[in-house]
Amino acid sequence: MAGIAVSTTINGDAVEYLCQPDETLLDVLRDRLGLTGAKEGCGTGDCGACSIILDDRLVCSCLVLGAEAEGRRVETIEGMAHGDTLHPLQQKFLEHAALQCGICTPGFLIAAKDLLAKNPDPTEEEIRFGLAGNLCRCTGYDKIVRAVQDAAIVMKGA
Amino acid sequence: MNFDPRFSGRKFASVGTRPIRPDGIDKVTGRARYGADFNMAGQLVGRVLRSPHAHARIVKIDTSKAEKLAGVKAVITAADLPDLTDGDAAMYDVLDNCMARTKALYDGHAVAAVAAIDARTARQALKLIEVEYELLPHVTDVDEAAKHTAPLINDAIFTEGLEEKPVKPSNVTKRSQFGHGDVHQGFGQADFIVERSFKTEQTHQGYIEPHACVANFSSDGTADLWVCTQGHFVYRQHCAQLLGMEASKLRVTSSEIGGGFGGKTHVWAEPVALALSRKAGRPVKLVMTRDEVFRASGPTSATSIDVKIGARKDGTITAAEATLRYSCGPYAGSWAEIGAMTAFACYKLDNVKTVGYEVLVNRPKTAAYRAPSAPMAAFAVESAVDELAKKIGMDPVDFRIKNAAQEGTRSSYGPVYGPIGIGPTLEAVKSHPHMKAPLGKNQGRGMACGFWFNFGGQTCTDLNIGMDGSVSLAVGTVDVGGSRASLSLVAAEELGIDYSQVKAIVADTSSLGYNDMTDGSRGTFSSSMATISAARNAILILRERAAQMWDIAVDDVVWEKGHAIAKGEKHGNLGKLSLKEIAVESGKTGGPIAGHSELVADGAGVSFATHICDIEVDPDTGAARVIRYTVVQDAGKAVHPTYVEGQYQGGAAQGIGWALNEEYIYGKDGRLQNAGFLDYRIPVCSDLPMIDTQILEIPNPNHPYGVRGVGETSIVPPLAAIANAVSNAAGVRMTHIPMSPPRILAAIEAEREWSK
Ligand code: FES
Ligand code: FES
Repeated sequence: MAGIAVSTTINGDAVEYLCQPDETLLDVLRDRLGLTGAKEGCGTGDCGACSIILDDRLVCSCLVLGAEAEGRRVETIEGMAHGDTLHPLQQKFLEHAALQCGICTPGFLIAAKDLLAKNPDPTEEEIRFGLAGNLCRCTGYDKIVRAVQDAAIVMKGA
Repeated sequence: MNFDPRFSGRKFASVGTRPIRPDGIDKVTGRARYGADFNMAGQLVGRVLRSPHAHARIVKIDTSKAEKLAGVKAVITAADLPDLTDGDAAMYDVLDNCMARTKALYDGHAVAAVAAIDARTARQALKLIEVEYELLPHVTDVDEAAKHTAPLINDAIFTEGLEEKPVKPSNVTKRSQFGHGDVHQGFGQADFIVERSFKTEQTHQGYIEPHACVANFSSDGTADLWVCTQGHFVYRQHCAQLLGMEASKLRVTSSEIGGGFGGKTHVWAEPVALALSRKAGRPVKLVMTRDEVFRASGPTSATSIDVKIGARKDGTITAAEATLRYSCGPYAGSWAEIGAMTAFACYKLDNVKTVGYEVLVNRPKTAAYRAPSAPMAAFAVESAVDELAKKIGMDPVDFRIKNAAQEGTRSSYGPVYGPIGIGPTLEAVKSHPHMKAPLGKNQGRGMACGFWFNFGGQTCTDLNIGMDGSVSLAVGTVDVGGSRASLSLVAAEELGIDYSQVKAIVADTSSLGYNDMTDGSRGTFSSSMATISAARNAILILRERAAQMWDIAVDDVVWEKGHAIAKGEKHGNLGKLSLKEIAVESGKTGGPIAGHSELVADGAGVSFATHICDIEVDPDTGAARVIRYTVVQDAGKAVHPTYVEGQYQGGAAQGIGWALNEEYIYGKDGRLQNAGFLDYRIPVCSDLPMIDTQILEIPNPNHPYGVRGVGETSIVPPLAAIANAVSNAAGVRMTHIPMSPPRILAAIEAEREWSK
């Protein structure tokens, strides 16, 4: 079957690929482009492990088709650090041990980045509801919430 | 060198600090490679066809159409996995579970598999496989299955452990019994008796990473397997046995693991992927979908438990008895047996008896889930204990303190306890501010205790010192939640060097000797013991090399704070040699310096926890919400306290989900109705409060640093603590888990009816 040609921007770089009409953006990222930072925990939009930012909007990449990325801006976990300088959220996740197995971590970082972009000074409740689309089975969320609170303080000061 | 594992008090320099984990950066940048993040050249996509029926004879499988589809490179059925288990019944069950042989035993049971050039072709090929089933009557409920009239799942099974050998087959595979004293007499001495029946529903470990592997079978008969697993050495044994290989010809590399909690201790897809690769002659990647994870992997037992406890007016328990029925899926297990062992382990009892029944049902094969079997037994027992305290008119904490097991107590399952933490966790709870905080309207507080055995097991570790003085630590226990950080701390501690000088990795099965699974909370306990032993062996060599460099007797060299020091006045002018200085010269003093350790880590040291929970119940909807939660648990010694807290919090959160929401729901047709995270709802961030932790450190006498396993005990008390809190908030005793809104509402309404 002929593929669909897509031109898009991923983490600031122009990228072109061919994909099938039924292929998700998550599959394209992981299987065609080697960007395996976004994870497939469910494939049905329920776990948030595949979170990316598409034109400033947080989405589950398992619910977006690869063809839909045409002409848009995609941000993934691979683009979050600047060179070897970690984003404050990444740094705080490490310091607070906000990950155990870490499979949910890319999704949480992307979702938290989106949350803080929209609400730089969230309450605990706002963080908890803001991240309610991401499942973590290991941590009980306590250290994740604290890491986001701490990162918000650092980012406000920056 | 003979290794002495006994605890010796010491002042720690590294152990007990909280550095950043060595695998951290990869995990926050998306670079860490999990099961599904690995690919090989020429790799095919594997997919599994699963039975839609709960119980059916497989009359015929026709794969010819699928084989002819362009792009399909291999199709396999049970015929491609011949029975090589040689009378090993447990392995035969594993084989049958990987690929149904004569009957499909549950909705989701694998019946065939394909390998194709891409996912789309593989999916199409599955649709072309024709399976003719003859439907059989099924049973999914544990109590129904235990009845004489229930449809038989395996007519070759006769209940083991009965006094008389049964004449008829049964779904009850085994009866087991524990205890001591005379419960009949004990109940005779009781002033108060509580007797109740409880049920818990089946839950899934719910790891966010589905099972995934890449198998590469070479034409020379060797193979490589990349897989997310809690025990790559065990996977190697099992896969090699099922495929008729020598273990050494199969190299298994454990990927980063995205959660396991006991659910990644069994092979499911891996032998299938290897068989597909062998047939296709190409690497095969097999990744389960979430639907498959729920339908075919994981779950814990559903249970039905009767408890009876009696006590005197002064609060002394005189007798305790429990009958526990646990579902095993369609294959024999020992889940009720473990439940029967743990049920009363927190208490000092003169008369105790527990009986477990293992029950077959048409559900997926039960797998371990964090302290497997203990949470359900604790739910039943701790609920009854609470009720009994109330009857006597005693504070529930005081009642438990009065009856708590101590050092020297003969446990309800047999052994006599050494120093244990149940008393101290209860005392800590008694004086915790949480216990005194005021409660609002519709709120209730509950507390409960939990016990877990912990496990040690076979462990092998290598510690290699580079010529620049840096240290590579190769361990064989999979890192499920930060153990590379803890083990690096232990190596640094023992060698007397800085944490940053140590780099820990998880070695593959060809690079290191056998290691048991990372289960039973053994990862940090056993591998730290092996790391200490390996470090001590390396220190011996370091001392020898220093002696050689100084040209003095090795007995005159001691190791202190990362340095060799010549002792005795005659060597007063020799100064010291750092690990690095010795390592740099190693090429001239006898070659590489390393320490190895192979041991069976005995004496894991039992673990206890007590949890406190505040719940608010909405009397109109029956919805319950956790508003405050506190975990108190003995860690022996917390090597990396942040990750110990994480284990406490994670176990509590899983317990909260189990207590309030999570359950497998089967239809009348025996099919699972909620095989996805939308309908099988695990707690999300907005469902939970912060989870407070208090780490107690009662040293394990059988570990050099006093370490006990910490991973599992935290899931044992929550079901009971929450049930006690909900019961207090709603004013009615809850006996069925999960306490979902409809169940709570029904209980409240029944109580209202009753009190009218
Ligand atoms: S994989 Fe996309 S939400 Fe779970
Ligand atoms: S850290 Fe394992 S799922 Fe979140």
